[in-house]
Amino acid sequence: MMISNGVRVNLCTYDQLPVKIGQVFVVDHEEIAVFRLTNGDIRAIENKSPHPKGGRLADGLVSGDFVYCPIHDWIISLVDGKVQAPDRGHVKTYQVEVNGDQVFLVV
Amino acid sequence: MKKKQLVMIGNGMAGVRVIEEILKMDREQYKITIFGNEPHPNYNRIQLSNVLQGNTTFEETIINDLQWYESNEIQLFTGEEVTQINTDEQYVISDIGRQVSYDELILATGSLPFILPIPGADKKGVIGFRDIKDCVEMIQTSKKYKKAAVIGGGLLGLEAAKGLIHLGMKVDVVHLMEHLMERQLDAVASNMLKAELETQGMNFLMEKATVELIGTDRVEGIRFKDGTEAKADLIVMAAGIKPNVKLASESGIYVNRGIVVNDFMETNVPHVYAVGECAEHREVVYGLVAPLYEQGKVLAKTLCGQKENGYKGSITGTQLKVSDIDLFSAGEIYDDPTSKSIVVHNEYEGIYKKVLIRNDRIVGIVLYGDTKDSNRLYRMLTEKQDVSESTTISFLQSGEAVESNDIASMPNDEVVCGCNGISKETIVQAIKEEGVSTVEQVGGCTNAGRSCGRCKPVIQEIIAYTLGDEFTHAAEKKTVCGCTSLSRDEVVAEIQVKGLTTIKEVMNVLEWKTDEGCSKCRPALNYFLGMVHPAYVDDRDSRLVNEKMHANIQKDGTYSVIPRMYGGVTTAKDLRKLADVAEKYDVQLLKITGGQRIGLYGLEKDQLPAVWEELGMPSGYAYGKTLRTVKTCVGAQFCRFGTQDSMSLGIELEKRFERLDTPHKVKMGVSACPRNCAEAGIKDVGIVGLDGGWEIYVAGNGGTDLRAGDLLCKVKTEEEIYEITGAFLQYYREAALYLERTSTWIERVGLDHVKDVLANEKKRKELNERLNATLARYEEPWARAIEEPAIREAYYRKRELVK
Repeated sequence: MMISNGVRVNLCTYDQLPVKIGQVFVVDHEEIAVFRLTNGDIRAIENKSPHPKGGRLADGLVSGDFVYCPIHDWIISLVDGKVQAPDRGHVKTYQVEVNGDQVFLVV
Repeated sequence: MKKKQLVMIGNGMAGVRVIEEILKMDREQYKITIFGNEPHPNYNRIQLSNVLQGNTTFEETIINDLQWYESNEIQLFTGEEVTQINTDEQYVISDIGRQVSYDELILATGSLPFILPIPGADKKGVIGFRDIKDCVEMIQTSKKYKKAAVIGGGLLGLEAAKGLIHLGMKVDVVHLMEHLMERQLDAVASNMLKAELETQGMNFLMEKATVELIGTDRVEGIRFKDGTEAKADLIVMAAGIKPNVKLASESGIYVNRGIVVNDFMETNVPHVYAVGECAEHREVVYGLVAPLYEQGKVLAKTLCGQKENGYKGSITGTQLKVSDIDLFSAGEIYDDPTSKSIVVHNEYEGIYKKVLIRNDRIVGIVLYGDTKDSNRLYRMLTEKQDVSESTTISFLQSGEAVESNDIASMPNDEVVCGCNGISKETIVQAIKEEGVSTVEQVGGCTNAGRSCGRCKPVIQEIIAYTLGDEFTHAAEKKTVCGCTSLSRDEVVAEIQVKGLTTIKEVMNVLEWKTDEGCSKCRPALNYFLGMVHPAYVDDRDSRLVNEKMHANIQKDGTYSVIPRMYGGVTTAKDLRKLADVAEKYDVQLLKITGGQRIGLYGLEKDQLPAVWEELGMPSGYAYGKTLRTVKTCVGAQFCRFGTQDSMSLGIELEKRFERLDTPHKVKMGVSACPRNCAEAGIKDVGIVGLDGGWEIYVAGNGGTDLRAGDLLCKVKTEEEIYEITGAFLQYYREAALYLERTSTWIERVGLDHVKDVLANEKKRKELNERLNATLARYEEPWARAIEEPAIREAYYRKRELVK
């Protein structure tokens, strides 16, 4: 299957996403970390820390709308991808749609 | 609007600073191209001596990494030298024939080491001390050769010499003058410096004029004017630098010593500018970073159409650090008949301060060993303050009390970080508006302290002053984290008194400032609850990554698997299994760890459960705040010196206490005799066998808090060891801060206190009871992951959606 811009990819069912545990989906060779927050929202970001030395984000500690980078402890917003002060940077965010009990990623 | 082409020749600190300033003011005006003849992005040249001295790595000296160029859409050509400028048709040509047109051109070609024009200067092994290439050559030379000579006893030469000594070479420093650093220091300070550096292993050849470098193909020695010679396999020329102006002068741009610029950094040719060490402004060429950054700001404004005041030149105080000795000098150095000086010379502590005064005004400052007064004195100098009112020599002695006032009385616009031109006001603003509270964070927002690092103590004081009560309060009372105003002890007491049983409950009842805590309090609360309630159900998602995953995350996001190897004892069968699994999963690395076991490194997280299952071994908890390993020596079973069976004891200790959550990691060691092959003296708990008994040492540390263990007691039987060790571990669990090792904990509470607690038999018994109740709750985590699909799904799955 080829994925082009604006295509919706079915990730899994809503219940398959555990609360506060990042899940890794590999879509077209790109790793995406998907989080179900305590408030029920689903958020998806690129599974790559913006820290100059890199790292992955899915296994980080989740608090509210934020994930703590597991290697460098940067705090990253799962809503807009922005790294919180005093650090700086940005991770790519993805749009997520929930339709019934199915979760879709817009790529 | 089409962007204008801005080309910069040179990719060093001053030039790139111009670009940074331009980007801050106007991102839309220019398309930027930079040529750098070194094969690196912009790095901090000032730190090269630290690289040689092993204090930092090349990587860490990079100021703007390649990603910075990319994200700012700057075209960077590294390792490429511009060889020709056509100022009529406005283009440059590089050494590989690349032609780039410009609307505006910046020359930031820096300077070159001044190589003495003497016979032999072109031999192999003769270098300057200027860039990464020079450092690499020094490092490589030091591996093959033993003797170096540095020509030049100025700052650069001394830094090079210090680096070479660190690399293991014998170093002669050759200096033409009678005193070292004669442009910054007077004779007294200079002699103090020389004496100190001699104790650090430098050898000085003073008042020696070098006339020839001898040798065949490679340099072998130096010949001096007085006929003497010195051997040397490496010569570092550090006698000065000269502006790199060749390209400019060949291109018809007016050059005197440097490329001559006006107050707006414009050369005599339209659309061509110069900045940094290659530029000459009002007949001065600057070599320190602070004035060069000032020039950078002015040039950026010029290029963004904000020609206002222009650059007026800089008076600079030189704040230096040579081999850990703080130095400062500004203005005049030497007394003359019209000046009077105030001198404090504390030989005992190695401190020397001199202030030169003429007509009631400070005209010169030399500080050696203690430069805390430098900012204040320098301000008095530049502002030409009348000092006739200052009685005695009080202004040379800023005591502690005066010091804190210093920050209060410091004018807002006073520059704190000279390298980056950051004022007190900017730092205060960052602290207040960005909510930062550490020196590193201030650097992150403002650049302050990020070049030479000398101003970090002042930044620290500004933080303390700005945060005021909040800061002292925070310092006195260590709260668990920013989410609460309660300390560790207060939180634990509340958990006990109010019977709180979950993290959520703790946060609600104790009015946490955040909904779900942070990476500091969540793991801490999880630990406290587990410590207070033996039957606590662990909140796995409040653990940090390694403990959550039961594997150590590596820098690339892969994991390692390190199974138990109790007491460091294994079998042929287990080794074979480790080998088979390592081969099957093609692990990136198979290594004996520091804790006497074998680790498999570089596994993807979705491989972990399968690897664990095939190994069929329990987790070694190499990732946990828990008992890591019990290191043992061979002991009485085989060793002819061994008086006790250290292996059996070690294995038993490891089996009894494994998996236990502790405030920080715990390492143990058991040696069978005082030769102590298991290094029990640097373990959290170390046991040493004697004839007929054992010694128990505690709170040793072989890592960050290097510390020899304290002898806690001597015992006769193994049962006593289990009892004492159990009680010690439980007391540490109950009393220490989260993430406090036994070594720092015991320093804080005192060995005698811990001895007192453990001397009480009733207390020991109670501690052991609570410990055993806690130990009963643990399950083997790898086996659990294998058995429970829900755990595998939630933590170790990776879903591929496209083939």
